[in-house]
Amino acid sequence: MSTLTKSEKPASDTQAWAVPRVAIHESADGYCLNLEMPGVNKEGLEVTVENHELTILGHRSDPNLPGEPVYRESRPVDYRRVFELDPSIDTGRITARIEHGIVSLGLPKAESVKPRKIAVTE
Amino acid sequence: MNIIRYHKPETWNPFDRLENLREEVNRLFEGSLPGWGGGLLSGWNPTLDITEDKENVYVKAELPGMKKEEIDLSLHDNVLTLSGERRQEKREGEGKAIREERVFGRFQRNVALPAPVNSEGVKAVYRDGLLTVELPKAEEAKPKQIEVNID
Repeated sequence: MSTLTKSEKPASDTQAWAVPRVAIHESADGYCLNLEMPGVNKEGLEVTVENHELTILGHRSDPNLPGEPVYRESRPVDYRRVFELDPSIDTGRITARIEHGIVSLGLPKAESVKPRKIAVTE
Repeated sequence: MNIIRYHKPETWNPFDRLENLREEVNRLFEGSLPGWGGGLLSGWNPTLDITEDKENVYVKAELPGMKKEEIDLSLHDNVLTLSGERRQEKREGEGKAIREERVFGRFQRNVALPAPVNSEGVKAVYRDGLLTVELPKAEEAKPKQIEVNID
């Protein structure tokens, strides 16, 4: 557990979540997150930013297979993952899209923290 | 760099906590021990569910981030083989990886079907990162109602 101790909503505490796998890339312009959420479509995706916390919720919309279960590996639960955002991120310009069960988030850095070349004057 | 911190899901169910712990531990081993817990070919295998009713066998596989052209499905001796390769897409300006939990590469899973199926009429749909396959049971595998006349 990180140092973050903000209390979560009690209602969600009793619910089980799957933790989606993530890949994070960082460039000079910002961060790019890709999360695996098979079974989630655009309508089931909820991305919220509050107090520099990014919460990604994915509600599965895939129906259960018909018939009697023979073998099961998947967990029939929704996805949830929370990230603490670096203060350099411009939270007003975060973008999100979902395709083939992959959530892609763009977290641009604020202009003020991007590396700048300073002109040298005499 | 504190973007990478995250809350583990809070829950009062100890079994779910164990489940999450198990996933975390599995993740630790992935990558460092290729093929461990998977096939010989790769470090990842899609999650599978199988069900059946009177008419069909159903198979669902979690394959997020693939294109349907990259998924191969074949049926031989009543074994369904699901294979393919998930490639890591390089995007312009994506930058350097600071956390990588996703697994890429080839995968193969063989499913011995619970009943003989008719290879004609197999339907497969790929949507939202899920592949769903419907395989009609062969006539001899379907339950039959036999009328018995009792004198």
